[in-house]
Amino acid sequence: MSVEGGSAPLSVQDLTIGLRRPGGRSVAIVEDVSFDVDPGQRLGIVGESGSGKSLTLRAVAGLLPRGVEVLSGRVEFGGRDLLTMPAKDRRALMGPEIAMIFQEPMTALNPVMRVGDQIAEGPRRHLGLSAKEARELAVSMMARTGIPDPARRAKAYPHELSGGLRQRIMIAMAVSCGPRLLLCDEPTTALDVTVQLQVLKLLEKLCDDTGASLVFVTHDLAVVNQTCSELAVMYAGHIVEAGGVKDTFRQPRHPYTRALLESAPDFDHPERELIPIPGFAPNVADRPSGCPFAPRCGYVRDHCTEAVPPLEEVIPGRLAACFESDRLVEVLA
Amino acid sequence: MSEILDAPATDTAMVRVSALTKSYGGGASWLSRLGKGGPSTLKALDGVDLDLRPGEILALVGESGSGKSTLAKILVGSTTPTSGDVSYRGASAPSHRDRETSRRVQMVFQDPYSSLNPRLTVGRMLAELLLLHRIVPRREVRAESIRLLNLVGLEEEVLGAYPSQFSGGQRQRLAIARAIAVRPDVLIADEPVSALDVSVQATILELFTSLRAELGLSILFIAHNLAVVQHLSDRVAVMYLGRIVEVADTREIFARPRHPYTRALIDSIPRMREASVNDAFELDGEPPSPYHVPAGCRFHPRCALAGDACRATDPPLLQVGPAHLSACLKADELAAIPLPDPAQELP
Ligand SMILES: Nc1ncnc2c1ncn2[C@@H]1O[C@H](COP(=O)(O)OP(=O)(O)OP(=O)(O)O)[C@@H](O)[C@H]1O
Ligand SMILES: Nc1ncnc2c1ncn2[C@@H]1O[C@H](COP(=O)(O)OP(=O)(O)OP(=O)(O)O)[C@@H](O)[C@H]1O
Ligand code: SF4
Ligand SMILES: [Mg+2]
Ligand SMILES: [Mg+2]
Repeated sequence: MSVEGGSAPLSVQDLTIGLRRPGGRSVAIVEDVSFDVDPGQRLGIVGESGSGKSLTLRAVAGLLPRGVEVLSGRVEFGGRDLLTMPAKDRRALMGPEIAMIFQEPMTALNPVMRVGDQIAEGPRRHLGLSAKEARELAVSMMARTGIPDPARRAKAYPHELSGGLRQRIMIAMAVSCGPRLLLCDEPTTALDVTVQLQVLKLLEKLCDDTGASLVFVTHDLAVVNQTCSELAVMYAGHIVEAGGVKDTFRQPRHPYTRALLESAPDFDHPERELIPIPGFAPNVADRPSGCPFAPRCGYVRDHCTEAVPPLEEVIPGRLAACFESDRLVEVLA
Repeated sequence: MSEILDAPATDTAMVRVSALTKSYGGGASWLSRLGKGGPSTLKALDGVDLDLRPGEILALVGESGSGKSTLAKILVGSTTPTSGDVSYRGASAPSHRDRETSRRVQMVFQDPYSSLNPRLTVGRMLAELLLLHRIVPRREVRAESIRLLNLVGLEEEVLGAYPSQFSGGQRQRLAIARAIAVRPDVLIADEPVSALDVSVQATILELFTSLRAELGLSILFIAHNLAVVQHLSDRVAVMYLGRIVEVADTREIFARPRHPYTRALIDSIPRMREASVNDAFELDGEPPSPYHVPAGCRFHPRCALAGDACRATDPPLLQVGPAHLSACLKADELAAIPLPDPAQELP
């Protein structure tokens, strides 16, 4: 299932997402975001709440909320630009080729349709299954996400299910057609850790077996460590650091990444104090000039507020957008 | 079942529930009257006893769908139990709460999207609450609202915004600000930090700790992230399929789990460093249906230690050590199996 000709299944280039205001002025929320995901690769996106992770995923899926638009950039899937292709073609990709698992399942599920029927809809439409076959597939997908008594639960409406069950319905729906690209927005936060482990293994297996690529947005750094090989860290609408997960966690080269790691609880180090990042995240409408992290950064120097640091390779395999990256050499315990 | 609770004879609990059950569905279904399609009642809570002590942070963890949110909703009075009792400071809580009782017990819901009124600006939402419960005089409403927003890491300028204009994590912070605005005694927080980035999460955890220290707030904290639970809570209660199967102090429960389900949870925790998942206690088998709770120990079909007695006896929650309760017949046997040492698993 790999893509020929070296073009990654997903290649995002200089993506800028924002609001177009009356009078032609526009406000960028996500700015110049670029990343590639290879077949079978699993990319984790972490970062500040409100930094644009969900909007980035939604832009790839073509599901931006009303009023929010892609202002510039390219989103290529298997070599074709999703942003310029006819809407009909793009819609046809959603489900069989690209699937998305949303952060808030309640808003993505149809409240008046039985969940089993919602899962069966895709396979019936895209895989040409009969209604009966699709229903059976739906029940077996539900079983694979660890839903107890799936045949009976298939007949439930979303409001009759617990948060974790609803989230697994979404996951079953997303993987039911065997997509090549799976976009996950916090897919496991509502699950207990035993089910989370089961779901993460299911996603991993899908990637390993079919070469599907995964983009995984989460706040749980331990889940990223366990599931993803690649990492992108977002702050205020920008990717500020990118590299391998293990290396980056060991030795972050952007002060924001480092601060993030220092504020995260680590089960194996319960005694470690959690240090929140001081101050507030910048408002998208008036970002500070220069580095967006400068007002909260412990490494800040004068030049940081004068220009925006570009995202550059700081060590082999690692990109960071920080003028002072060379000073971050400490290895975290 | 009160002899198994290790509280002193005088009732010192802020909130206590005893023999609580909650069933959904049932009698109304024509299929069940015809005797077809199996039982149609779902037992979300099947005999729960728990107390929340003054000024403590009690974590409620466990299986998805085990009844944690249901218990929380009963505690704040937004749903009624099928049977059993809820008492607040020793007095039985009426099923219809007056304004004062509902002010004292506040909840942060699991899904902040559906719990915020989309037609109210943040400023209006907070002002209405502060005035309704006479928290501050009218002229101080704005200042108090800003103070609350700052407490949860938001700035003054969000006062004029509507819930739809916020990201998931920002909405969750609004829900927390709204709950603490009315200065409750008890906060029931249903996964309050799972949608937050770790820095904001650290701020909220610090906020909970200081609210407890300064206002004596008692907090029931529902969470799946056990690293967060370990960090924040004083005690942990573990739920499985409508029952509490283990309760102990935080340090104790993670060091010496005495129920195999707790052990499976601990062994499934994702780790920040190496991937140290231990397969021995990985749960296999179908998770049981809440429509057909297994006979005997409800965990036996998935339990690595299950024996004949487990299939026959439904184990009660009993004291297995100082301030440590477990509903496992083989709690002692489990204690003899050491936890993996993550340090030894590094390659
Ligand atoms: N429909 C909308 N209209 C206007 N602004 C929006 C809209 N949706 C999101 N935003 C803004 O865009 C920014 C990015 O939002 P996004 O949902 O992508 O954040 P996120 O990184 O996913 O955060 P979280 O971790 O909290 O989910 C936020 O500051 C938010 O306020
Ligand atoms: N209104 C309802 N009608 C029917 N069943 C319900 C209803 N609300 C909850 N349930 C069922 O009751 C059980 C307990 O649900 P609850 O939401 O309390 O679980 P939970 O422990 O909070 O799970 P999670 O960790 O996934 O949020 C689940 O099986 C759920 O499907
Ligand atoms: S009672 Fe038996 S089946 Fe139940 S948890 Fe203990 S060992 Fe396992
Ligand atoms: Mg988001
Ligand atoms: Mg719940």
